[in-house]
Amino acid sequence: MSKILIRGAKVLGGEPQDVLIDGEVIEAVGTGLSAEGAEVVEAAGKVLLPGLVDLHTHLREPGREDSETVLTGTRAAATGGFTAVFAMANTFPVADTAGVVEQVWRLGREHGYCDVQPIGAVTVGLEGKKLAELGAMHESAAGVTVFSDDGKCVDDAVIMRRALEYVKAFGGVVAQHAQEPRLTEGAQMNEGVVSAELGLGGWPAVAEESIIARDVLLAEHVGSRVHICHLSTAGSVEIVRWAKSRGIDVTAEVTPHHLLLTDELVRTYNPVYKVNPPLRTERDVHALREALADGTIDIVATDHAPHPHEDKDCEWAAAAMGMVGLETALSVVQETMVDTGLLDWAGVADRMSVKPAQIGQATGHGRPVSAGEPANLTLVDTEYRGQVDPAGFASRSRNTPYQGRELPGRVTHTWLRGKATLVDGKLS
Amino acid sequence: MDKQDSHATPQASDARPVLEGPDIARVLTRIAHEIVERAKGADDVVLLGIPTRGVFLAQRLAVKLEQITDRKIPVGSLDITMYRDDLRMHPPRALARTDIPGDGIDGKLVVLVDDVLFSGRTIRAALDALNDIGRPRAVQLAVLVDRGHRELPIRADYVGKNLPTSLRETVKVQLAEEDGRDTVLLGVKQTGH
Amino acid sequence: MQRHLISAADLTRDDAVLILDTAEEMARVADRPIKKLPTLRGRTIVNLFFEDSTRTRISFEAAEKRLSADVINFSAKGSSVSKGESLKDTAQTLEAMGVDAVVIRHGASGAPYRLANSGWIDAAVINAGDGTHQHPTQALLDAFTMRRRLIGRDAGLGQDLSGRRITVVGDVLHSRVARSNVDLLHTLGAEVTLVAPPTLVPVGVETWPCEVSYDLDSTLPKCDAVMMLRVQRERMNAAFFPTEREYSRRYGLDGDRMARLPEHAIVMHPGPMVRGMEITAEVADSDRCTAVEQVANGVSIRMAVLYLLLGGNEPAVTHSRTEEK
Repeated sequence: MSKILIRGAKVLGGEPQDVLIDGEVIEAVGTGLSAEGAEVVEAAGKVLLPGLVDLHTHLREPGREDSETVLTGTRAAATGGFTAVFAMANTFPVADTAGVVEQVWRLGREHGYCDVQPIGAVTVGLEGKKLAELGAMHESAAGVTVFSDDGKCVDDAVIMRRALEYVKAFGGVVAQHAQEPRLTEGAQMNEGVVSAELGLGGWPAVAEESIIARDVLLAEHVGSRVHICHLSTAGSVEIVRWAKSRGIDVTAEVTPHHLLLTDELVRTYNPVYKVNPPLRTERDVHALREALADGTIDIVATDHAPHPHEDKDCEWAAAAMGMVGLETALSVVQETMVDTGLLDWAGVADRMSVKPAQIGQATGHGRPVSAGEPANLTLVDTEYRGQVDPAGFASRSRNTPYQGRELPGRVTHTWLRGKATLVDGKLS
Repeated sequence: MDKQDSHATPQASDARPVLEGPDIARVLTRIAHEIVERAKGADDVVLLGIPTRGVFLAQRLAVKLEQITDRKIPVGSLDITMYRDDLRMHPPRALARTDIPGDGIDGKLVVLVDDVLFSGRTIRAALDALNDIGRPRAVQLAVLVDRGHRELPIRADYVGKNLPTSLRETVKVQLAEEDGRDTVLLGVKQTGH
Repeated sequence: MQRHLISAADLTRDDAVLILDTAEEMARVADRPIKKLPTLRGRTIVNLFFEDSTRTRISFEAAEKRLSADVINFSAKGSSVSKGESLKDTAQTLEAMGVDAVVIRHGASGAPYRLANSGWIDAAVINAGDGTHQHPTQALLDAFTMRRRLIGRDAGLGQDLSGRRITVVGDVLHSRVARSNVDLLHTLGAEVTLVAPPTLVPVGVETWPCEVSYDLDSTLPKCDAVMMLRVQRERMNAAFFPTEREYSRRYGLDGDRMARLPEHAIVMHPGPMVRGMEITAEVADSDRCTAVEQVANGVSIRMAVLYLLLGGNEPAVTHSRTEEK
């Protein structure tokens, strides 16, 4: 059966409509569409969004298959409503050659749960010294357009300038992990009231902001496009806002956890809250939400960072940084942005599908829900509320900061080019 | 165990005095004379009271002994808290003062003084505590009230009053220094405790 | 009810005074021919030291032995820890041997908290210094020393440090001693002033219950005790201050500065002292300096803490402030 009728869904949160999928594309959108010859999905009360796109995922394969693989990571993505994810380059070996990026890309296609678009490293081995073969990665089957040393900052101003300039030749974009390395030596958490009390090495906001300020000025100077990964401070918001007002071609992302959690949680010394960039203050959280609402921050990206249990079941200083996020992202965005009235569902579609697809040039993703478009769709039960239970995660790792927390919303169905990857909350 | 039970608050309505102020003064005088008699002049007596009320009784006894012998009688206190055998049965208690008179206890006749003798466990603990402090020539025991029900082979050398009790009863000693008045009250333990 | 001592901030005023009063009685044991009590007989305590600290370890060991506990010393050096065994595995291994309490010194802030709250082990946890976080028994022995010197051994019983003015000088940023002292001294009613170059004061200090000054000379004439913190020479290389000479000129305690203290004021140092850096030999060896006394008092304080946490069927220290949080 190749036809699917999604009946009575609130498309982008609007009036109920039927959506008919035929093969890989949306055949029709309207009311009272005929169900003849089609499998019917009753979607009354649910919200239909274009398939979500994550510009910032760590799939860990190759090298750390104990924490995640392309298969488990893309299953987690489908569970969270994603139809495309961008896989970060900090694998072992580093995705700094055409060979590695093609391998990751091919694994994604073979498993078929979610399109995997590899991100290439900016510098060889993420070492910040020598440009990787950016052009070769772009020309590979993977067609890399986004380059990032994420996990590390391209801190050398000259290397950053060259990278920004170089990728213009093929319309690429550099995604910067903004972290001034000297200011964050030994840093363990946001620098402020809580770090002073806990005696944990401070990670000052200025270490992020100074790099963002430098990079938007560099982008302006060389006329390039720059993307800022996981922006986390109120000051960073101000800098991006200023840069955009000047016409600088900058885009920025925020993670779900930075929209919800604060450094107060570190008082538990539970490394599940240890993340890079660190959780910031209440004031930062509010600034980030406002910036996402007004478009200063363009997109939500998960920074899904799986780690094996033992890397978190230890003392804070010894623990790995990062949180899984694919399976909880939409719920956190609903909690922080939709249920607070800051963003409607059309806005969520824009920030979690349309814009990330544009920034990453993910063809066929982030498209309107209308006839003739690829059937990449996500159906959400927005009335649902439930506690997060990591035991049920599709991801191989369980390092979620939301264990036991009640969150709204649940993705019930995900379609990748007309093929259901998630049905009634179960992977197919 | 002695300490606990002897100080358990009896129900006011049930409690009846078995010794009043003048009785207490009289029996202490008698004990002082007995000590002088048995210790042949009490030359080397050191009185060690067991906190809280034993200390006051020891001080009172010292005054009486000094009146009889016309000599200064060394008096101090011996806290037995950390030698108790029931430490694991309760939260830790605040410690009381152990105060050994300047010349110590080696070769002396130590008279331990306590308010109520019951199971004997307090005195067992006191003997252990003494052992860590020195080697007396001999150790004797003076108590205001012996209520029976010994759980160890211990007996008092000087007893103010033998008071046969049942285990359901409580004995409470009140002394002016701590409680504002001198009395020994016999009460009934609250049931359902 | 908590069974652990992790942070000086967890102690209420009454808890702290009870510990100081108990320590005063414990101190008297040191004057006896047999310096031993049977109180913790049959309890096993492990001193789990992931960081070298001979003086703290010996102090705890002396306290444990005076209370008749069975003591196991575990030093991370040369053990399986250096071969990559985790804190969790180490702790569980020790607990499997029937340990009742773990005294832990660790380079990572929060390691004792983690040990006490992660469900890894059931034993009571006593923090013997974690990273740049807390060192509660050090703060207690400091307060004990102050109360003895400023109020008196017997006169101090039941008393806190209300109205006493304490100045803490030095590397506050990297000091667990400073953090613990600020918390405890505030709880005990003292007024604390921290003095340091601005580079060695943490960002976020403004919420601490104390004053901060960059000028030592102006605070000296009005304090009852001045506590000099150790300043490690390596800090110089990370540009926290220009030279050793400049540091000691601006923040070191020498004879001239000591003369500006009120007559009754004492000079404290948690040790080990860096003579010629934060303190001159003249001051360190003067009878106003309590450094040696602090070491002796450390044993009494640790005996008191061990007794109050382990001496009964449940701890005597209420930690009610933590419960309020």
